Amino acid sequence: MNKEEILAYLPYTEPFLFVDELLEIDENGATGTFTFRKDLDFYKGHFKDHPVTPGVILTETMAQIGLVCLGIYLSGTAVSGAPGHVMLTSTAIDFMKPVFPGERVKVVAEKVYFRFKKLNCNVQMINEAGEVVCRGNISGMVTNKMNG
Amino acid sequence: MNNSELLEKLKPIVANYAHNKEAIDDITEHTDFINDLKINSANLVDVVLDIEEEFGIEIDNLSMEKMLTVSAAIEIIEGKLKEKNDR
Repeated sequence: MNKEEILAYLPYTEPFLFVDELLEIDENGATGTFTFRKDLDFYKGHFKDHPVTPGVILTETMAQIGLVCLGIYLSGTAVSGAPGHVMLTSTAIDFMKPVFPGERVKVVAEKVYFRFKKLNCNVQMINEAGEVVCRGNISGMVTNKMNG
Repeated sequence: MNNSELLEKLKPIVANYAHNKEAIDDITEHTDFINDLKINSANLVDVVLDIEEEFGIEIDNLSMEKMLTVSAAIEIIEGKLKEKNDR
């Protein structure tokens, strides 16, 4: 599968799509970008008068680029062929810096292992200044059907 | 390695991922990983990967699918250890 096919296969849409572009993808990892537009709805409430991107959204962004895109690629290029769905099963993330409205981030994911349908990746998110804003480990099960 | 020695080696591996910690103390060959120990399918993969490392064996997909109870795990580990020693 090429990058465009993977993006088209993603099961998300607005307001919960957090992948703009895939820069690189191969069997060992994925790199992609997303820009947090200033008008995203959650900024109205997180926090009152002080918009900051929620940690769960940063985690989701790392999961969509690093885990889901890579899981689709790995299952879609496997011998059996059909790209799967990715069900998130665990996260352990450390947050270092805030991400403000309008910032563009890059997510870099490296596969730790993909065995028995479980994909485990080390992920990090980098801001435009080149600083690591968060990093950690995310895993999920690559399944044939949604939610299962 | 006999069954009770295998079980003693399995216990700490399984305990890492079990949500039902009390059940770990009462673990027997009949213990079911998912129903009794509340290990989810993703962590079951980690149990199997840790077993591979601990015993120096490789578990194939078919064996993985059968590995749902302590007795099934012990049987598979014994089989793989035997294969390894016969080589």
